[in-house]
Amino acid sequence: MNRVLNLYRSSVGKKSLMAVTGILLVGFVFGHMAGNLKAFQSWDPAGGTLHPLDQYGEFLREFGYPILPEYGVLWVARIALLAAVLVHMFAAYRLWTQSRAARTRGYRKAESQVFSYASRTMRWGGVIIFLFVIYHILHFTTGDVHPDFEYGAVYANLVTGFQSTPVALFYIVAVGALSLHVYHGIWSAFATLGVQNARVERARRPLAAALAIVLFLGYISVPVAVLAGRWTSIGLTL
Amino acid sequence: MNLTLHVWRQAGPDDAGAFETYRAEDISDSMSFLDMLDLVNEDLTRKGKEPIAFEHDCREGICGSCGMMINGVAHGPERLITACQLHMRSFKDGDEIWIEPFRATAFPVMRDLVVDRNSFDRVIQAGGYISVRTGSAQDANATPIPKRDADRAFDAAACIGCGACVAACPNASAMLFTAAKVAHLSYLPQGQAERLERALGMASQHDAEGFGNCTNHGACQEACPKGISVDYIARLNRDVLKGTLNKAVGTPD
Ligand code: HEM
Ligand code: SF4
Ligand code: FES
Repeated sequence: MNRVLNLYRSSVGKKSLMAVTGILLVGFVFGHMAGNLKAFQSWDPAGGTLHPLDQYGEFLREFGYPILPEYGVLWVARIALLAAVLVHMFAAYRLWTQSRAARTRGYRKAESQVFSYASRTMRWGGVIIFLFVIYHILHFTTGDVHPDFEYGAVYANLVTGFQSTPVALFYIVAVGALSLHVYHGIWSAFATLGVQNARVERARRPLAAALAIVLFLGYISVPVAVLAGRWTSIGLTL
Repeated sequence: MNLTLHVWRQAGPDDAGAFETYRAEDISDSMSFLDMLDLVNEDLTRKGKEPIAFEHDCREGICGSCGMMINGVAHGPERLITACQLHMRSFKDGDEIWIEPFRATAFPVMRDLVVDRNSFDRVIQAGGYISVRTGSAQDANATPIPKRDADRAFDAAACIGCGACVAACPNASAMLFTAAKVAHLSYLPQGQAERLERALGMASQHDAEGFGNCTNHGACQEACPKGISVDYIARLNRDVLKGTLNKAVGTPD
């Protein structure tokens, strides 16, 4: 226990916590993306069945039932994700304040050398993602900021939600921020957790880039398709 | 060529410090950057003013004492060299050059461009050694070492402790230096006995000195005059994590 506490106090320890919680969140984000893509499954509105996306929502709510209470597994997952986000953010905050104290006077002439855009924006990018996640929950989970929310009608809420162009664009921008964060995050997590051999080193950049691109395209496909459906005959409509 | 220099002047550790502007005139292409500063200092001395204090020793890129920020870049605009190896041909007539000390809480400014880098020495003292029987030297090739490991250890051992990695890092982290000083021992058989204790000790001293936290930007690798690779940082992290999880490490018997 003592050594774990000491590890937490150390720089490497806090970074490892960020990497582990980050990887967990990356796992979630990919699962969530795969779920979203059910919006594209074909469905006959007149057929009397729920849209595959709505069925999927129902499945998540009832997962484990009747052995476990309805919503049981869903809440366990929600609490685990919330805990991961809080640990990730708290460690980021502590690391940031320490690093700020490590240089109190900056350079008059500062030439940032190689910092990639992604690595420079980790902190603010993270905050933007967090704010987006709050908005997103109020939008599609609780419906508080949704103009036309209907409980359980996941697909319909999605299509009506993205009828607003600014909302759809905001989602696209936020997902861009998420992809950048994940791009540097995946690259960074390998180093933090000490994965180190020649083959992995060569694969790190391309792997991080590929996952970030898949994430970006996977997520924007839904708002883009709803926007497309408004102006053309292809795309998602009710 | 004629240049305008903006140089950080600070009389002592507690002085507030400020930039002063000087002219450097009739500078030849083949002078080194430090030669140029020497010339400016001769002129200042002639005028009865305090010369600019800067550290230097070998003037050939091997001692690590001459670090300074030149136009916002540690050791100046050319890659893989120290400030003393920088030639004035990298500049052109009429250039303005900003010269600042390395900035980090763990590197307090002593005077002008001279910073106190004893924090590096304390990181080394926390484990950057091997315990061996001194006395009669062992036969040089008694312990076979694979070429690949010898090369990696040697590449890490090229670190001259200049501090450019800290100066360039947006977090003022010294992980590249610490990782190099851990790796040049951990790749060799002689370094195995104390390997995990060394990594834990040096990494915790790194934190205690007030260096910042690495976020894997890679600015250190770019600034390093010896081309030390950030891959060594991953190796340090691994040894720190292993040392933490390994119950036998640091337990007295
Ligand atoms: C909730 C708000 C968030 C904040 C404030 C935040 C902030 C940060 C910061 C400051 C870093 C360290 C930067 C670096 O190492 O260069 C980081 C790393 C990381 N983040 Fe986030 N982040 C957030 C959300 C997320 C999410 C939702 C994910 C998953 C998709 C994620 C995945 C990662 C990963 C994998 C790392 C790498 C850890 C490492 O450095 O080894 N983060 N985050
Ligand atoms: S790692 Fe490179 S930049 Fe850092 S102290 Fe060693 S030689 Fe200088
Ligand atoms: S004076 Fe020795 S490295 Fe520059």
